[in-house]
Amino acid sequence: MNIHEYQAKKLLASFGAPIAKGIPIFSKEEARAAAEELGGPLWVVKSQIHAGGRGKGKFKELPEDAKGGVRLAFNLDEVDAHVGEMLGNTLVTKQTGPAGKQVNQLYLEDGADIERELYLSLLVDRTTGRVAFVASTEGGMDIEAVAEETPEKIHTLPIDPDTGVTEADAAKVCDGLELDGVAREDGMKLFPILYKAFTEKDMSLLEINPLIVMKDGRLRVLDAKVSFDGNAIFRHPDVAELRDLTEEDEKEIEASKYDLAYIALDGTIGCMVNGAGLAMSTMDIIKLYGEEPANFLDVGGGANAEKVTAAFKIITADPSVKGILVNIFGGIMRCDVIAEGVLTAVKEVGLEVPLVVRLEGTKVAEGKKLIAESGLNVIPADDLDDAAQKIVAAVKGA
Amino acid sequence: MSILINKDTKVLVQGLTGKTGTFHTEQALAYHGTQMVGGIHPKKGGSTWTGNVGDGTADLPVFASVAEGKEKTGADASVIYVPPAGAAAAILEAIEAEIELIVCITEGVPVMDMVKVKRALEKSNSRLIGPNCPGVLTPNECKIGIMPGNIFSKGSVGIVSRSGTLTYEAVFQTTNAGLGQTTAVGIGGDPVKGTEFIDMLEMFLADDATESIIMIGEIGGSAEEEAAQFIMDEAKKGRSKPMAGFIAGLTAPPGRTMGHAGAVISGGKGGAEDKIAAMEEAGIKVSRSPAKIGETLLEVLKG
Repeated sequence: MNIHEYQAKKLLASFGAPIAKGIPIFSKEEARAAAEELGGPLWVVKSQIHAGGRGKGKFKELPEDAKGGVRLAFNLDEVDAHVGEMLGNTLVTKQTGPAGKQVNQLYLEDGADIERELYLSLLVDRTTGRVAFVASTEGGMDIEAVAEETPEKIHTLPIDPDTGVTEADAAKVCDGLELDGVAREDGMKLFPILYKAFTEKDMSLLEINPLIVMKDGRLRVLDAKVSFDGNAIFRHPDVAELRDLTEEDEKEIEASKYDLAYIALDGTIGCMVNGAGLAMSTMDIIKLYGEEPANFLDVGGGANAEKVTAAFKIITADPSVKGILVNIFGGIMRCDVIAEGVLTAVKEVGLEVPLVVRLEGTKVAEGKKLIAESGLNVIPADDLDDAAQKIVAAVKGA
Repeated sequence: MSILINKDTKVLVQGLTGKTGTFHTEQALAYHGTQMVGGIHPKKGGSTWTGNVGDGTADLPVFASVAEGKEKTGADASVIYVPPAGAAAAILEAIEAEIELIVCITEGVPVMDMVKVKRALEKSNSRLIGPNCPGVLTPNECKIGIMPGNIFSKGSVGIVSRSGTLTYEAVFQTTNAGLGQTTAVGIGGDPVKGTEFIDMLEMFLADDATESIIMIGEIGGSAEEEAAQFIMDEAKKGRSKPMAGFIAGLTAPPGRTMGHAGAVISGGKGGAEDKIAAMEEAGIKVSRSPAKIGETLLEVLKG
């Protein structure tokens, strides 16, 4: 689960991280009062969307040469003007895709005198199974590009969960960031704070890009991106409240109510599969035979007829779906239960596009029989190859 | 032979008395008499669990702790069906009781819990398979977890996979190809897990009955690349077996978690193409179709 920058900063500030003063604004009317409260003389107006690359992003509704999604204002009128241009408009960045994202909230922040921009993140390093710091002196840039071009400038430090961040660890991160003087003192305090926030709140990513050294030598968290481990939200009701549903796909929200793993994609063939690996492979094989999947959908191991019906409704509600492929390898899940669910759903919501069903595994004969005897227009398939070819042919023929 | 488990493996069930634990324990008992020796429940110690097996019933003793269960039954393995919030504590209890093989089926264990578990594993002699995995099965001998027993046949292929249903595909295809399996291991789809590919590949290389290996990976992380490097290093020492593989997620969009918590391309890393390239460089023939994993292995075996 992702949250907005202003939410991330508020959370980090509550742990004691150095954050600039800032105020989130949700309407144009709030802008001036917020700006006056902050006092200036420099303000930063930042679009709050769950995507990176905001500064270089472009608003769809504005002329090509208009400023991006993060802007500086040097007086109150400029604050007003920026807020007027940004709020409610659609920001397109390299991470949003061409459709962009509507900016429903802005974050107005005190400007800072920047001496140096650094990169710092915490993540779970899979190889060591530990939380690791990733530090680089090359802040404010695309860190993937830094990793690609100058990997020697990226320092990774896994932390022993038994000890947490030791003095020696914090000193290593300071070295990686080439901090000295006051900035080093700040860093020695900040790094254990970030680790504590990360582990206590079950984060999956905490990225500060940039972390800045200001002209007065102090450190400050200038931008913050935080993601949480979805599997741990249950023990953080305060984090659950930060979820912004307007940032999520409606179909994905609906699917999550039924505990279905669903991801909307751009293609034409709707998929319903059990198991994440098989669901990904089903998408892959559709592509292999020349079409694109409309979604990823894993109905899970213990799916029942109700879940299957819900899944079917979500797939058929997508207007770009021109055909559906149901691919089930029944292990725990019995094929006859799936068949029944599919048939119930078809009867309930109707079927206007070709449907190919491939069943294998436990009670496969019973499942196939149910489908064959249903009298519905369902195309049976023997294996995944056969199924993919049949649905692609059906969609292309339509 | 086989790896990890065989007909002599004695298995305790943590979470036996729940619906999932009961169902899968009944299935395991029905599978060639897998030696399920007892269940664990902190408040139900001393009671008896009764399940339906075949046309009759079977009873198992319930113990208050893993340590007590191990002492009374001589169990060397434990399978965990405890819900996510308590799964890590269940694993830690099994580690504490010095259970040799711990298999955690539970999906949805918080990553930070697994970081603590992984550290505890480093200091122990226990091996953890999973979490978020289908378990381990040695045909005609022992079934730990939720794999459907009816698609297996005893044979010569060792199978290791990050995905449950793709394990079944590989098992089913090798059964149909007449090859059969020595052992199938689902290592699980989480980012931090007890066992990675390399350890299983090492065991399959060392196992005389395993004549060939199937390895199934997916997007996210770099475990496949590390495994490919291991295979290359071993080959230089003269240790190798014919291998086929498959990687799921060629069409997965970056930054999205594809069902499995560990299946995500992040920071430009963990994509399927890189994994396929690394495996092929190591001499593993990678099938582009999940329906042709068995066929691909047959081609490799024919040379």
